[in-house]
Amino acid sequence: MSNEYGLRKRSHRKWVAGLTLLLSLMLVLSGCGAGKDGKGGSEGEGGKITLKMMHLWPEGSSAQQSKLVTQIIDQYEKDHPNVVIQQEVLENEQYKNKLKVLSASNELPDIGITWAAGFMEPYVKGGLFTPMDDLLNGSKLKDKFVPGTTEAYALNGKTYALPIELNISPIYYNKAIFQKYNLKVPATLDELKQAVQTLADHGVAPIALGNKDRWTGSLWYMYLAERIAGNETLKKAIDGSGSFDDPGLIQAASEIQTLVDMNAFNKGFNGLSNDEGKSEFMNDKAAMYLMGTWELPNFTTNPAIPQAFKDQIGFFKFPMVAGGKGNENSWVGGPGVGLFVSENSKVKEEAKAFVEYFVVQWGEQSVTQAGVIPATKVDTSKGDLPKLYVDLLNGLNQASSITLFADVQMKPNAAQVHLNMIQALFGKAVTPQQFAEQHKAAIEKGN
Amino acid sequence: MEKVMSNKLVIALYVLPSLLLLLAVIYVPIVLTGYYGLNQWNGIGPMTFVGLDNYQHLFTDTAFWQSAWHSLLLALFSGVSLIGYLVIAMILSGNIKGANLLRKIYLIPMLLSSVAIAQLWLKMYHPTNGVLNSLLASLGVHNPPEWLANPSLVLPALFIPIIWQYAGFYILIYYAGLKNIPETLVEAARIDGASAWQIATRIKLPLLREVINVTIILSIVGSLKYFDLIYVMTDGGPNGASEVMASYMYHQAFRSFDFGYGSATAFALLLICLVATWLIRKATASGDTIQYS
Repeated sequence: MSNEYGLRKRSHRKWVAGLTLLLSLMLVLSGCGAGKDGKGGSEGEGGKITLKMMHLWPEGSSAQQSKLVTQIIDQYEKDHPNVVIQQEVLENEQYKNKLKVLSASNELPDIGITWAAGFMEPYVKGGLFTPMDDLLNGSKLKDKFVPGTTEAYALNGKTYALPIELNISPIYYNKAIFQKYNLKVPATLDELKQAVQTLADHGVAPIALGNKDRWTGSLWYMYLAERIAGNETLKKAIDGSGSFDDPGLIQAASEIQTLVDMNAFNKGFNGLSNDEGKSEFMNDKAAMYLMGTWELPNFTTNPAIPQAFKDQIGFFKFPMVAGGKGNENSWVGGPGVGLFVSENSKVKEEAKAFVEYFVVQWGEQSVTQAGVIPATKVDTSKGDLPKLYVDLLNGLNQASSITLFADVQMKPNAAQVHLNMIQALFGKAVTPQQFAEQHKAAIEKGN
Repeated sequence: MEKVMSNKLVIALYVLPSLLLLLAVIYVPIVLTGYYGLNQWNGIGPMTFVGLDNYQHLFTDTAFWQSAWHSLLLALFSGVSLIGYLVIAMILSGNIKGANLLRKIYLIPMLLSSVAIAQLWLKMYHPTNGVLNSLLASLGVHNPPEWLANPSLVLPALFIPIIWQYAGFYILIYYAGLKNIPETLVEAARIDGASAWQIATRIKLPLLREVINVTIILSIVGSLKYFDLIYVMTDGGPNGASEVMASYMYHQAFRSFDFGYGSATAFALLLICLVATWLIRKATASGDTIQYS
């Protein structure tokens, strides 16, 4: 080894060491940098404001809503050339999960979608949503909402999101199948059971249900509970001032198991997602489907669904139960999703301005274009609305009470117990008595 | 270059970036998770320190033990299926006809993401339209089982796709291990009149021992923390019948908003995996190292 070579080696060594140090510093610095700025929107790039919006209307499963959102955003961007709105679209369950992950790291999008009451509470208490009262009382939105819709989004006297949907849950039914087996629309539970019996005897799945998602089965329980024990008892049991021990509520649980025993629901429902369950109904294989009015586009406006199918879909109110305390015009439903603005958004004012615009536009266009019932008042006089839609809207106008979906109403932990118990009840893994006890314990725990 | 590499400062500098990354991405979160487990926290609001409450609750939480039992069953099941993989790898390495094609067939599931596999098997298991039940129906079974909705069938129904998913991976490892065994040894045995069975059990298996030990650890630890396919296919349902430790942790933290308890579960899962690894190492350790001579 020559001397010269050794010298070169030494300088080479310094060079390597220096470079490595530089590299590792860069890594550390870039590591620290990320995460802190990820809070959604930002100003920059020639004064353009980017608003990030996360929603749950994928093109595939909510075609009409998805189209409408894009349309509203396009128009807004055209009117406000300095604003760019980025959409991030997730499917329902994924959306809920992502929202939680983002909140844990304090990186919520500027604008996003939330559900009311118990679902919203942890976010509001964590100071993640900004109050929207100024919009609510502003010139564009004052008195525009259907009474009772924004209240579900209020906590401690402040409203933290603006509802954009109002939902009730009818039982949709396939008129062609009903006609084929000479069935009439059931007005009582006994008639419903007779229809179920007839359909099951002929090998047709009476009711489409995908209970892997669990809230789907919850709708059935909620209705039976309301019809048997009455709206007040159910409400009190859920908020903890009453109890799930109520004999009417236990009877509702046992009615569920009676229906399961009669093969009222499509086969394997506990392992199928709501979409899979729904496809039984959409493919003419099941006769009935209990679901929120957010499904209306599929039966009215969605061009991807054949008109012949849409024409044979009707709906009826959940049947009465003999001797029950419920009311035919009591619905399970409530304001659907609402829009929130993140408290930590750097472009809060711009985000709020867009939300205001969105709610107004959505209120006007969702009726005719998407077939969704908005939370703002609907003028049915204009436009040529599908009959199913108008009928349901009338049903909504006659509503004597709307009981908010249990899993939305309850606090997160109790909601999970409720949902698990629903699956267990439908799967006959618990008795109605155990079902009641588990609910009671979860609600008493208070989280 | 040798001088550079033996300089302690340089070694430290070379190791530093990846060490920092490893610390930041793996070890710090582990410590933090353990710490979160000591708190009552909904993930958003303020934390309340509750000491070991969450960990104590784990011991009495039947739902957790049920999920741990399911994870253990999966670990046993995948442990046993390693034997099958090994047999297949032995056959494939034996220069049979079409071995190349078969090897590719076994490997394909490895190329698919878990979610795609889950969707595929969801279709297979569909109670009315699924391939499986249609087949059973055509064979005259009147009431084919509801695979994913039946609490007593759901676990085996989930284990099969998991085994299928990982078959290629383990077969590949075994195959590589077998190909590493010098042909001369096998030839010598053959000349001495050893049967194929004798060659497999007396020569190939002992020489493959280290590889087998590694796969046992991989498959058991992998099973204990398994999550994705189960999450997509059943979400732990119906009513917890297919809940495993990882999905239980996820549900506690992200569904019930109980991050403290979820973190405690995660930490317990880590400890269980560490103990399992240690036990397996203990059980499979051998004093003598193998030398090809």
